[in-house]
Amino acid sequence: MNPLEILRFALKGLVANKLRSALTTLGILIGVAAVILLVAVGEGSSQSITQNIQRLGANTLTISSSTTGGGGFPGGGAGRSNSGPRTQARQLTLADAKALTDRAQLPSVTTVSPIVTASSATATFEGASHSIAQLVGTYPSYFEAANKPVAQGQYFVNADVSAARKIVVIGRTVAENLFGAQDPIGKAVTISGVPFTVVGVLKESGSSGMQDADDVAIAPLPAVQQSLTGFGSLSQILVQATSAEAATTAQAEITAVLNQLHGIPATGTADFRILNQATLQETVSAATGTFTVLLGAVAAISLLVGGIGITNIMLVTVTERTREIGIRKAIGAPRGAILGQFLLEATLLSLVGGLSGVAIAVIGAQFTIAGIEPVIVPSSIVLALGVSVGIGLFFGSYPANRAAKLRPIQALRHE
Amino acid sequence: MSHPVLRVENLVKEYGEGDATVRALRGVTLDVEKGDYVAIMGASGSGKSTLMNILGCLDVPSAGRYLIDGVDVGDLGEHQLAVLRNRKIGFVFQSFNLIPRMSALANVELPLTYGGVGSAARRERALAALEQVGLSDRVHHDPNQLSGGQQQRVAVARALVTAPAMLLADEPTGNLDTSSTRDVLDIFDRLSVSGRTIVIITHEDDVAAHAKRVIRLVDGRIIEDRRQSPVDGPPPRTSEADRPQATVVGRPPTTSEADRPLAPVDGSPPRTSEAVL
Repeated sequence: MNPLEILRFALKGLVANKLRSALTTLGILIGVAAVILLVAVGEGSSQSITQNIQRLGANTLTISSSTTGGGGFPGGGAGRSNSGPRTQARQLTLADAKALTDRAQLPSVTTVSPIVTASSATATFEGASHSIAQLVGTYPSYFEAANKPVAQGQYFVNADVSAARKIVVIGRTVAENLFGAQDPIGKAVTISGVPFTVVGVLKESGSSGMQDADDVAIAPLPAVQQSLTGFGSLSQILVQATSAEAATTAQAEITAVLNQLHGIPATGTADFRILNQATLQETVSAATGTFTVLLGAVAAISLLVGGIGITNIMLVTVTERTREIGIRKAIGAPRGAILGQFLLEATLLSLVGGLSGVAIAVIGAQFTIAGIEPVIVPSSIVLALGVSVGIGLFFGSYPANRAAKLRPIQALRHE
Repeated sequence: MSHPVLRVENLVKEYGEGDATVRALRGVTLDVEKGDYVAIMGASGSGKSTLMNILGCLDVPSAGRYLIDGVDVGDLGEHQLAVLRNRKIGFVFQSFNLIPRMSALANVELPLTYGGVGSAARRERALAALEQVGLSDRVHHDPNQLSGGQQQRVAVARALVTAPAMLLADEPTGNLDTSSTRDVLDIFDRLSVSGRTIVIITHEDDVAAHAKRVIRLVDGRIIEDRRQSPVDGPPPRTSEADRPQATVVGRPPTTSEADRPLAPVDGSPPRTSEAVL
């Protein structure tokens, strides 16, 4: 018997019950589309978070002071109080930053940028006023380490730092809010009452999650300290490792040097914190991975429900057509032809449903969903389609096999 | 020596188990020669339908042998049985059993499709079979657009289209009116004339009168096997079909048995004396 004829019978069977076939297909379609789309949304959010982290550079380490570190808590040591968290943590100083530039002790470190930040500094220019989200005072190496290239104008250099020149490189948002269409280079702005000259505008980097990464101004460290923050402690030290792989080694080297400098024993808790971008990235990836799995699981349930729909329809179809199966067997239909017909019906239902599900998911992924640009994961398409066809074959084969095994007279007597 | 088309030996069929066992056939032995036209008669419950289902390979006997063209059906596998049903047997049901939502032509083509006949040859043979039953003008009608008689003629065409060794008909006229019955029986007569082996089940004497041989079944046993005309001759009614139409319409043709006078109202029932014998 020609397989093409079996296909023709299967198609006729499906067309005979248009509404039912359409609804079953819809069930599978929703399941498959949901799996692909939800995984794509998960992947999209995961990628956007990873990109934001990478924007800072994968080989950078951020050192900040920690108030809960210090002497051997709770084990005691170095003559510090051994009860409760230390409230007088030693802050990071310029001396710490200078110590980290020792290439002999820290071969994995390339640049060290001490950072002071003043948040919400108000800048004014000819009547226009803007509150800069983050004013950073630092060294020129910061631009490279923090991945903030200048698009227009120029960087400040070490000489500007030594001279504590009042010059500033501003972010795109600041430039637009203060200068509008004007060219900001060379203009004098007043930041918290202190005049600064704009020498450059940073390249637009886009928003990074909650805050606008372009709402920033970067000035030489002593200039900011003099006029705004005072010569106290540093907010952070940004260290650039020789490579992303060397970041962990660099972290160990920094820890050793700072421990020594701050007089912390090897067993004690450090009074500083090193944020390794690579580690952070892994952690966040793991978290978003869980998120994706969760979304996928919810979608998989809907796919399963669609599969049960196919099973149900096949059971009903076969039961309803038992008499017809009896007639076909009575006129000489071999078992394989009966089995093939119903199996093909089930497979066609799930395949059509699955393929249109993929199509809808691919179309849907072109749009931004809840602020996230979905990124389709090819393996999710293969998986969803494979599962839907698998369900069709597996659950279709049970009722089909049951029907094909009947003796003609049993099938004919069935009402 | 040539085998009979159909031979059953000591056929037994039981339904159910234990005390609830119903013995539908209690040892039926029967040979049907090629070209014969056999009517199997019996009341409901006499086992005639059970016998027919076994002959059509739709059911399997509990005991006994069944041979078609000398081949023991009990030795055949599932697939060989399907081929046998397809090639050797044409089955006509009382309730027509056409597949709904398929045109008359598609229904007739179906056995050929399962037999692996190519689509052009299939169409040609199906059209020829439909013409044979006089339904050339109803080829593209669905079963629900056809009358009972027309549906049964489609069913006969479907049974004939594979040119089977024998045609089995289970009360083919049971659901039909008089004129449709005459149409269908005419077709059977013509098939018999052309040499086709036919086994037909009926409880109507009128129908049985068309057969060359009448077998009467009671309680799962053959109690009468009467030959009405020779195997290689024409069926007994063919000559009558040539008689003037008026005779047929005016008074339905009857058998000699039906012509017997019935017992008087106040006498004993006519069959009491026979039962004593």
